Amino acid sequence: MQKIEFVPRRTFLAHLVSSSAFVIGARAGAFDFNGATTAEMVSDADKAAWNPNVYLGIEPDGKVILIMHRSEMGTGSRSVLPVVLAEELDADWKRVTLEQAIGDPKYGSQNTDGSCSIRDFYDTFREAGATARIMLERAAAAKWNVPTSECKAQNHFVVHKSGKKLGFGELASLAKQQPVPKKEELKFKTAAEYRYVGKELPTADRDNLVNGKGIFGIDAIMPGMVYASIERSPVFGGKLKNFDDKDAKAVKGVLQTVTIPDLKGPTMFQPLGGVAVIANSTWAAAKGREKLKVEWSESPNAAYDSAKFKQSLLETVRKPQKVVRNVGDVDAEFAKAAKTHEAEYYAPHLAHAPMEPVAAVAEYKDGKVVCHANTQNPQAVQDTVAQALGIKKENVECHVTLLGGGFGRKSKPDYVAEAALLSKAVGKPVKVTWSREDDIRFDYYHTVAAMYMKAAIGANGKPTAWLQRVAYPSIGTTFNPTSTHAEAFEMMMGWNDVPFDIPNHRAENGPAKNHVRIGWLRSVANIYQAFAVSSFVDELANLAKRDSVEYLLDVLGAPRKIPFGKDYINHGKSLEQYPVDTGRMRNVIELAAEKSGWAKKKPTKGRALGIAAHRSFLTYVAVAVEVEVDNAGRVRIPQMDIAVDAGTIINPDRVKSQFEGAGVFGTSIALMSGITAKNGEIEQSNFHDYQVARMNEAPFQVNVHVIKSDAPPAGVGEPGVPPVAPAICNAIAAATGKRIRELPIRRQLA
Amino acid sequence: MIKLKVNGVTRQHDGDPDMPLLWYLRDELDLKGAKFGCGMGLCGACTVHLNGKPVRSCSTPVSAAANAQVTTIEGLSTDGTHPVQVAWQELDVPQCGYCQAGQIMSACALLAKNPKPNDADIDTAMNGNLCRCGTYLRVRAAIHKAAELTASNATKPATKPAAKSASGAGANLLPRNGGKK
Ligand code: FES
Ligand code: FES
Repeated sequence: MQKIEFVPRRTFLAHLVSSSAFVIGARAGAFDFNGATTAEMVSDADKAAWNPNVYLGIEPDGKVILIMHRSEMGTGSRSVLPVVLAEELDADWKRVTLEQAIGDPKYGSQNTDGSCSIRDFYDTFREAGATARIMLERAAAAKWNVPTSECKAQNHFVVHKSGKKLGFGELASLAKQQPVPKKEELKFKTAAEYRYVGKELPTADRDNLVNGKGIFGIDAIMPGMVYASIERSPVFGGKLKNFDDKDAKAVKGVLQTVTIPDLKGPTMFQPLGGVAVIANSTWAAAKGREKLKVEWSESPNAAYDSAKFKQSLLETVRKPQKVVRNVGDVDAEFAKAAKTHEAEYYAPHLAHAPMEPVAAVAEYKDGKVVCHANTQNPQAVQDTVAQALGIKKENVECHVTLLGGGFGRKSKPDYVAEAALLSKAVGKPVKVTWSREDDIRFDYYHTVAAMYMKAAIGANGKPTAWLQRVAYPSIGTTFNPTSTHAEAFEMMMGWNDVPFDIPNHRAENGPAKNHVRIGWLRSVANIYQAFAVSSFVDELANLAKRDSVEYLLDVLGAPRKIPFGKDYINHGKSLEQYPVDTGRMRNVIELAAEKSGWAKKKPTKGRALGIAAHRSFLTYVAVAVEVEVDNAGRVRIPQMDIAVDAGTIINPDRVKSQFEGAGVFGTSIALMSGITAKNGEIEQSNFHDYQVARMNEAPFQVNVHVIKSDAPPAGVGEPGVPPVAPAICNAIAAATGKRIRELPIRRQLA
Repeated sequence: MIKLKVNGVTRQHDGDPDMPLLWYLRDELDLKGAKFGCGMGLCGACTVHLNGKPVRSCSTPVSAAANAQVTTIEGLSTDGTHPVQVAWQELDVPQCGYCQAGQIMSACALLAKNPKPNDADIDTAMNGNLCRCGTYLRVRAAIHKAAELTASNATKPATKPAAKSASGAGANLLPRNGGKK
């Protein structure tokens, strides 16, 4: 059984890469690890020739060590980014060892979120690999006393044109002395030269995962640790009034109880507060917790009621609200239109429900914390733990385990702070594992949203004016309690960037208050925003009695790049590099339709195809889905065809698997998942009432069609999700004539 | 005191007989392969074999395993060469991998009972195993694959380790499909 090792940071790094190793560090050029562990120790001159975030070590025996600074939660980051570096280095992938990075700002962002690992680090990893390769070639040239141009790295060796060769390991110490090449000197492989990029390499952790040997957060242990189970206020914002732990302490194995202070100020990633039962096993802690008697003060959120809140959101979107995009004059067009169409949509809170709940083990000792957690963001762990304990961030050492799913939940490290606070209180390492009930009832929920849509219908049924209005408690409320409207990054997710060719177009956003913690969940605001936009355009197609695909292409208009302007966030990327290109959108729509057999399969009663397309995380996705609705209103999905243009692809099989998974994730959203509150308390608690798709409910077949492209790489983990629910609802409308305007569908068709 | 055999090793539990088998395996025996997902028998992440039958160890007290044989993913094969594991490797089924030990244990139990299951048999047998990453397609395909591997290696039943497959562990760092595609 693989055990996690516990070594202080210095030793940790030193044992990764022995002192004789040739080491390349981000920003730093070639330097030795001993002593150099923070970005501050790096000179500005080094920054010029190197990009940040990459660590590569080559041992004298030829072992190549890649430090992976992004978290692995199933999206394939450990199986993709290191391949990019190994490719440019021309290393033998079989001789590459991966080491997961601890949290440290010197790596750049480690926040594995927003589907950005590849696009934000692709160039960095290529440059790091190419830089090292040139230095190895120069080292061999120096050793043989020949021109570098006669030496070429090939599969872990540098080969001279005469045929003699030296291994990377043999060259490591000499390479270390070579000048670091400037960026302009770097030469990259051509696609034809790739040995790994674009090929279906097995995933890095595959064998450990099928052997039960992968170490997840829930598996991490520290010597002498005790276990905690934490009772929290059932209503968000409730404060601890008093508690009686007599019976809890009487449970065999229970050691003590500890209170975690009430949450104060902005929610952020702070622990919620509560009473922790500390015990010598997971089971004893859980049993002890059941025996706790706790009283909570009334929270301002005690009246939160999802049915009422839905009405208030709908009332908000029925009235004019803040304009977030305006083209032409929608009102004038509505006034003179012969025909208009309007619709309201609604989508509920969702819980992330990763299969592995959040879990961490932490030890506080002498003003320092060492922890192991299933986190998407170890630097946020450092910040959050440091703040909770009043210590310096540098004194928090966060090791990252494998993550049993994340979906955004595990970028919020409240649970690691819980473990650290408890360790400080009990003087031992403490393991915190959330139960499924904790997970469902105390999540950072995907928000609840209402949308109002209106169109003026012109010739051929095409909209001449389009109004879209949305209201939801924003993710901003988690960081700023006075937040009222959506953040710009939420608006960018399929609301102020709808790429339709409509002369009069206005998007609005109304205010809403949060009554639970709001967080981001796989594809975020795109979920409900794409649901409304892609459903409404299909309603208009139906109204016009036109083919849904042909109509969608018509509304999308001619291939063009839409100049959204400087204020458009575009995931932090320029519109020059990552344009909003309706031509690429058309391509994926046409491909998905073709592959689904759209033209040949005409709807029959209870069985039909539906289409939806959406650009998110800079990736274009179209979903064509076939549904069957039986007489009892049950929905079955025999086939889903997903067409994807995500630019450059490193590992096609991982792209496929992400979109297969998105098909299932989106199906859960469409058919069954929903979180509701009553009297401030979340009504769901486990998989019986917070349902997610099982094998027989998931699409029977998901075919993923990836467009070959040399455009810069875009997101893969999230963009498959948004078009799935509207595509399913559009198919249902075609099959039954019933338009779904509220998610989840559940028994609406019965 | 409860005596049981876990992966062939005799064990003895003196603690709470109501402790779920899952937490006994994980906390007491340090066998971390079986996972916690729900604690209510709803997700299958904790699936192990009790006398060869699949059980949800989160909802099975240790006392129910008295004098019984328990097999966990760690005991399925010593080196990942059980045909189900080999099939899983070939199709690269896992995404996050968290549910996979449970999926594999359920799949093995199905194949032991029904060496050539059809899609409907698989859906029925695997319905209790949630995968939030959505690997169901590959799980189903891998079960068919494992059935084929087992049939072509018919002298060895599905619940016993099979001979090391050329495409199994050890080939993990080589490109699949010979690197083409
Ligand atoms: S943990 Fe046992 S079935 Fe979910
Ligand atoms: S692979 Fe992640 S839950 Fe199944």
